[in-house]
Amino acid sequence: MIPAAFDYLAPATLEEAIRALGTHGEEVKLLAGGHSLLPLMKLRLASPTLLVDLGRIPSLGLISQEGDKILIGALSTHYQIESSKLLKEKCPLLPQTARVIGDVQVRNRGTIGGSLAHADPAADMPAPILALAGELRATGPQGERRLKAEDFFLGLMATALSPTEILTEIRVPLLSGRCGTAYLKAPQKASGFALVGVAVWLKLSASGICEDIGIGVAGLAAKPFRAKGVERRLRGKNLNPSLIEEAASHTAQGVDPMEDIHASGEFRADLARLYAARAIQEAAKRAGV
Amino acid sequence: MPVSKLVGAKVRRREDPRLIRGLAHYVDDISLPGILHVAILRSPYAHARIKGIQTEAALQVPRVVAVFTGSDIGDRVGAVPVASQNPTLRVPKRAVLASDKVCFVGEAVAAVVAEDRYAATDALDRIRVDYEPLPVVSDPEKALGRESPVIHSEWPDNVAFRWTLKQGNLSKVFKDADKVVKQRLVHQRLAPIALEPRGVVARYFPGEGELTLWSSTQIPHLLKTQLSLMLKLPENYVRVIAPEVGGGFGSKLNVYAEEALLGYLAMKLNRPVKWIEGRRENIQATIHGRGQVGEVEVAAERDGTILGLQYRVIADIGAYHQLLTPGIPPLTGLMLSGAYKIPAISIEVTGVFTNKMSTDAYRGAGRPEATYVVERMMDRVARELGMDPVKIRRKNFPKPKEFPFKTATGLVYDSGNYQLALDKALKLVGYEKWKRQQKRLRSQGRYLGIGLSTYVEICAMGPSAAMPAGGWEYGAVRVEPTGKVTILTGVSPHGQGQETSFAQIVADELGVEIDDITVIHGDTAVVASGIGTFGSRATAVGGTAVLQAAQRVKEKAREIAAHLFEADLEDLVFADGKFSVKGVPKKGITLEQIALEAHMARKLPKKMEPGLSATAVFEPSNFTFPFGAHICVVEVDPKSGAVEIKKYVAVDDCGKVINPLLVDGQIQGGIAQGLGQALYEEVIYDENGQLLTGSLMDYALPRAKDVPRFELARTETPTPVNPLGAKGVGEAGTIGSTPAIVNAVVDALSPFGVTHIDMPLRPEKIWRLCQAKEAASAGGRR
Repeated sequence: MIPAAFDYLAPATLEEAIRALGTHGEEVKLLAGGHSLLPLMKLRLASPTLLVDLGRIPSLGLISQEGDKILIGALSTHYQIESSKLLKEKCPLLPQTARVIGDVQVRNRGTIGGSLAHADPAADMPAPILALAGELRATGPQGERRLKAEDFFLGLMATALSPTEILTEIRVPLLSGRCGTAYLKAPQKASGFALVGVAVWLKLSASGICEDIGIGVAGLAAKPFRAKGVERRLRGKNLNPSLIEEAASHTAQGVDPMEDIHASGEFRADLARLYAARAIQEAAKRAGV
Repeated sequence: MPVSKLVGAKVRRREDPRLIRGLAHYVDDISLPGILHVAILRSPYAHARIKGIQTEAALQVPRVVAVFTGSDIGDRVGAVPVASQNPTLRVPKRAVLASDKVCFVGEAVAAVVAEDRYAATDALDRIRVDYEPLPVVSDPEKALGRESPVIHSEWPDNVAFRWTLKQGNLSKVFKDADKVVKQRLVHQRLAPIALEPRGVVARYFPGEGELTLWSSTQIPHLLKTQLSLMLKLPENYVRVIAPEVGGGFGSKLNVYAEEALLGYLAMKLNRPVKWIEGRRENIQATIHGRGQVGEVEVAAERDGTILGLQYRVIADIGAYHQLLTPGIPPLTGLMLSGAYKIPAISIEVTGVFTNKMSTDAYRGAGRPEATYVVERMMDRVARELGMDPVKIRRKNFPKPKEFPFKTATGLVYDSGNYQLALDKALKLVGYEKWKRQQKRLRSQGRYLGIGLSTYVEICAMGPSAAMPAGGWEYGAVRVEPTGKVTILTGVSPHGQGQETSFAQIVADELGVEIDDITVIHGDTAVVASGIGTFGSRATAVGGTAVLQAAQRVKEKAREIAAHLFEADLEDLVFADGKFSVKGVPKKGITLEQIALEAHMARKLPKKMEPGLSATAVFEPSNFTFPFGAHICVVEVDPKSGAVEIKKYVAVDDCGKVINPLLVDGQIQGGIAQGLGQALYEEVIYDENGQLLTGSLMDYALPRAKDVPRFELARTETPTPVNPLGAKGVGEAGTIGSTPAIVNAVVDALSPFGVTHIDMPLRPEKIWRLCQAKEAASAGGRR
């Protein structure tokens, strides 16, 4: 549990950090909360020669409102998200997710940007960002780039970020009207990561029709995904338990589920259907169905 | 006699202030001038020949001092010892560093010594070992097959030992029985995971020829003896110190390769050395517990009377024996009568070598396996006979007047009232209410389960005749010239709290304030002799030795007092910490005054030795047999396989209670560990012998949020085996809880036709069983 030697840089500006990425290439790693990176280093599964600590760069850890969006700095900790009054009122799906991540210590250090950029398939945070069709902003040598959540996750621990880009901000919509949200997960008992985690956001019309819905699924596949088939089956419909159950039964369709000692693919797929149904049900209940 | 004030009182642990303030000294807190740090290279293969090891590159790493391989050490360090005896035992030689071949993932092959831990760890990556992989067998049942690779070529197969016990006319009993119920049961491998991993510091003074070894151990005195043999040093030149030890659960009741290796390195290099185990090493190379696969058959009459029990079990030994490895499965055998009158019992144990780390004592050590077999089968038989699980237990308990009760396995249960503990637990849980609730919820498609376990265990180990290395314990009490009292004990507490409970015992006996008492343990140069802390023995055996030493001190003090008063011994009374002459209570003499006189030694009776101290060695006449009743209520979600514990009641009887806080703490921690086995924990190796649960990211320990509130109660049936009346409580929670939880889950799933599930009860297993069977038959049948 002793990491290999590495150099450490704590730049004061984003530009400086990006320059460091450019000059050190593959051997450099960004340090945010460190809750995924440091264990990998201690196990010597990762041995970067340089760590660039983003912690001294001002404004990366702020949560604020801009028009109909909420802007979340990539260095916001899970605890900040869990306890943010703004998020709890205007976009409760993120606090609902944050509060079931790891334990108190992890939530105090781990960051949303770190979690998204690391793209562990069993991490919780990608699910709500996908459900909310969030936007991710990254800055590199060529300036800022905007990425849709759906385009961000490419595969097992792979994202659309280039090696010289830094994820700086996540934007999610301000939820208004008859909205309901829920995040439910079946945890892997040892790690607390998701065997399956399902995030649901939905909006009802005045007459109770499901106007819009977003469903993000973590844990099931090598990359987190949006369950569009399920969303399609519910959009424009009057939600009732049997419809929800039928729609949710398509959650794992066309997905190649992961398998490990903690759960078979078959079980994960069934959990995904079950948790999708329950999360939709819960979100609908909160929206006042 | 003074009025008993402290024994039985809720005295807060005197150990805690230093622990919670971070002021305790563990092995890793020991720093010595010139200390070097050791890192150990471990095999990534489960079975491989070592064709060569190149260490030159490692020696080039800055700050590296030396690199050692097995061939560097040769036979200068003896093999890892085995203490348990068995005429059929095969003992493969386990060198402290492997030189010819490795037999499990994690076996040590080289050691790097460096000026710091970082350099030592960096150098590990530079050692090149040329392995030739050999065929692997990790499944103990397959290891017995004809086609299996043989791990130790000295013998024709992988059998490590056999052990059998048979009593009663089994063939007749099983032929004549109304009902015979069979079941295959798996007791999965567990990792003990003490919060503090192992650690060793060794220092050698070449001038004096003295080796001092600090180790996170439960048995400093036994370790001292074994180290002297392994290192070929005279025993009186070896000193072992167990400083603060952060938990053991049996995993530190051992003599490990690393302990002798560090001693050797300190002597060879003439510098102090330190090795601190990492968590991954801890899961790979510290002993595992359990690891049994058995077939049990129970014969019963229609009315629920149990007639006989047969158990054939394969014990997964791992690649080598550790200190007590072969002694654990026989404990399972001896305890197979459980809390019941079973006239005919047989057990056949086959210990089997596999390419894995050794199994050995882990909290309960053989008794959880026995209790699980018996308690699972009581439920299985009850179900087959359509009986309530409470009724079948009551039917087969020995009655209080039948104690001392002799089992078919040859044990004599000292005292007990099993019915009383069960009745108390049933009342506390509200058994009938839960049964009604269960019926009601089933009609709504919700599945409650109620599980019982009425266990008995074997504790206070034990009479020396039945132990591999002595079952007595040493205690000493010394009154200093200022009247302060020092207790020295041969037990080695590492969380149990005897710095508190032993002080309570002596405070009452000598009438002194508890704050004037200190308890010293864990240093072989300070405490003359001892056996150690394991097998729920420390209070019952070690506490009795301390009590007897205190009684001897008091007798001597009485003689001195009588001499000073010029009175007859019989005319002296002792009250409120003072001796006085009968009828003259105002003119008393305190222990403090007597201690000073004893040390000044000017006014002592003729021929009396100066000083005020005494030692005692207590040899128990029997084990003790604590018991209790645990009841667990669960709700199972058949769709997700999730288990929720809704209520947990434990009524435990550990004999006379010295400190209820310590007893409750032991029970709570014990249940948490038993719950871990029932629901979450399993050491998993794949067919290549690779360890798949090598970190706490994959080995699932129960966390605080997984542990429900337990409702604890007690009955108190003293043991006649020792004057304290205390039986022991260190392992009871673990032993009693596991079957209660499994029985509850199986009960919940009975509408699905489920009669058994092997542990751990992971959601997927439950989900599969529920998928397989429609809940169509839900309802009426229990």
